[in-house]
Amino acid sequence: MPIFDLNSSPLRDLNQALHALRSDTNETHWTVNHPDGRHAIAAGLDAPITVEIEGIVGYYCAGMNKQASVLVNGNAGVGVAENMISGFVHVRGDASQSAGATAHGGLLLIDGNAGARCGISMKGIDIVVKKSIGHMSAFMAQAGSLVVLGDAGEALGDSLYEAKLFVRGSVASLGADCVEKPMKDEHRELLYAKLKNAGLAGEVDPSDFKRYGSARTLYHFHVDNAGAY
Amino acid sequence: MADHKDPRGTPRTKPRFSATYTPDVMSEIRRAAATGIYDIRGAGAKRALPHFDDLLFLGASISRYPLEGYREKCGTEVILGSRFAKKPIKLKTPVTIAGMSFGSLSANAKEALGRGATIAGTSTTTGDGGMTPEERGHSKTLVYQYLPSRYGMNPDDLRKADAIEVVIGQGAKPGGGGMLLGQKITERVAGMRCLPPGVDQRSACRHPDWTGPDDLEIKIGELREVTDWEKPIYVKVGASRPYYDTALAVKSGADVVVLDGMQGGTAATQDVFIEHVGIPTLAAIRPAVQALQDLGMHRKVQLIVSGGIRSGADVAKALALGADAVAIGTAALIALGDNDPRWEAEYQALGTTAGAYDDWHEGKDPAGITTQDPELSKRLDPELAGRRLANFLAVMTLEAQTIARAAGKSHLHNLEPEDLVALTIEAAAMAQVPLAGTNWVPGKTGL
Repeated sequence: MPIFDLNSSPLRDLNQALHALRSDTNETHWTVNHPDGRHAIAAGLDAPITVEIEGIVGYYCAGMNKQASVLVNGNAGVGVAENMISGFVHVRGDASQSAGATAHGGLLLIDGNAGARCGISMKGIDIVVKKSIGHMSAFMAQAGSLVVLGDAGEALGDSLYEAKLFVRGSVASLGADCVEKPMKDEHRELLYAKLKNAGLAGEVDPSDFKRYGSARTLYHFHVDNAGAY
Repeated sequence: MADHKDPRGTPRTKPRFSATYTPDVMSEIRRAAATGIYDIRGAGAKRALPHFDDLLFLGASISRYPLEGYREKCGTEVILGSRFAKKPIKLKTPVTIAGMSFGSLSANAKEALGRGATIAGTSTTTGDGGMTPEERGHSKTLVYQYLPSRYGMNPDDLRKADAIEVVIGQGAKPGGGGMLLGQKITERVAGMRCLPPGVDQRSACRHPDWTGPDDLEIKIGELREVTDWEKPIYVKVGASRPYYDTALAVKSGADVVVLDGMQGGTAATQDVFIEHVGIPTLAAIRPAVQALQDLGMHRKVQLIVSGGIRSGADVAKALALGADAVAIGTAALIALGDNDPRWEAEYQALGTTAGAYDDWHEGKDPAGITTQDPELSKRLDPELAGRRLANFLAVMTLEAQTIARAAGKSHLHNLEPEDLVALTIEAAAMAQVPLAGTNWVPGKTGL
């Protein structure tokens, strides 16, 4: 169980060591001490390991993650788990803007709030935020799901493609082409599966959520829709 | 010339077209009124602009002696990414292939670019939409674009690349995002971009997880961490404020700055954007070089210039003004067979003519290049087209060497602004070289 102290060794050494791990490594649990807001901690991992970070991380923590579980015992800066392909990233505090941006897969769980543009251009990731998210979240979101137990800020889902949005609290406003859609049994089942995957089965009732998706009116440009932009 | 008269013989004022409302302008007004949508097209600025044709080289004279054309060496190799990357790129020629996506181009066209560039010893570049296995397979040196959309972006491809190009903008549309209309969003293209097939793709114009130069520095740091500091990292900007953009790219940690002037092509965007936003390539180079020189980074951070590079003369002029390399896009497509008169009947059927065809977004390219139509794509033989590109690249390199030797230079990088004069006042001011026959550099020196 390697322990890495970023006060005494450079970030480059940590990431290099993590990148060097093979899929059958026995070093499956790493602890990182004194992150102190450093950027790109545990970025680019590609092994079935767990990295537990004791403190606050800066930008792009666990960026482009594959396979690994990255646990942040603190707040996360901009772009946590950006472009994640697979794996699990758990922020046990708040996350700054662009959490899970452009990510293709995996699960991003945020215990606190997420800032603006949460899930921007998401391409398949599942994001679960236990509290609230900021404005312009799920902007141009293409695929995946965004589940928010709290409230959503302005312009949720602007220019949305096929991502599925579920919000339990209030939505300040919807962005262009994002509409509320009926919550049917199939959607409650889907949401339950997402909540269960995040360890929230039984804690939250899927019936309390509203569903939002694309009206698909902007998929093909038409001059009559120009006012939507 | 006889006076103008009406049919009854009465003298009349000769019909006079407006210099403001030209027939072309009026035609566009009528088209806009009929359709309700702006004109979308491919390629770069088509208007006449100050360009490399407005510059001339001063050959050797009594004060300078030339090199023997076929006997004395004139080097052409270039190293890109020597600032921070563990594995800089080494190319045999400073003429590289600019970013063009699979999606905007057919798979055969991308393969042909890879084949031609590999024969010539240079690099190709992906585009908005990710890296295809065919492209990686046929390009010995491949630059992977990192764009605002992040379509198809994954760390495996990032590591497979030989360099990474963070795209801030492009010359045809600085401040605009990518565009690929539904006709070209086939199942495969849609799958690579995580989009519904057939949707009009209008990419984001800003990156989703960083905004200014301080953030960009952190982003570049992440890319370096993910790739273990091996890959050169380029930053590509559309030419608009080249001095500041170049300085900020250097500040952000770029190994290479790619500067794309408004003649640089695009797969598709609004004509009004192409023709009215950005500055000409000629006007952009000196400010960018000045920024590098002011920071003490000229030649340490390499500068690649693109946008209207068509010949070895253009290459030599760009390098003389301070670039380390150039990139070609439109010229490379022409070398493959784009706009070839052999397809004239089909161009006519599309309402255009060979040499003017720019409706690349419609996916109906008779030459099989800017299309995803499988039948049209078959028309392009990637081996043959690749060979044509390799030939063209060889000619460009030979032409640049010819000029360099005439100026007494043993390497293309030894060309310098002092080798140039300008034919017009505009070009003299933009390139900051004297008007031919004078010592006048507008804005710099007196007569």
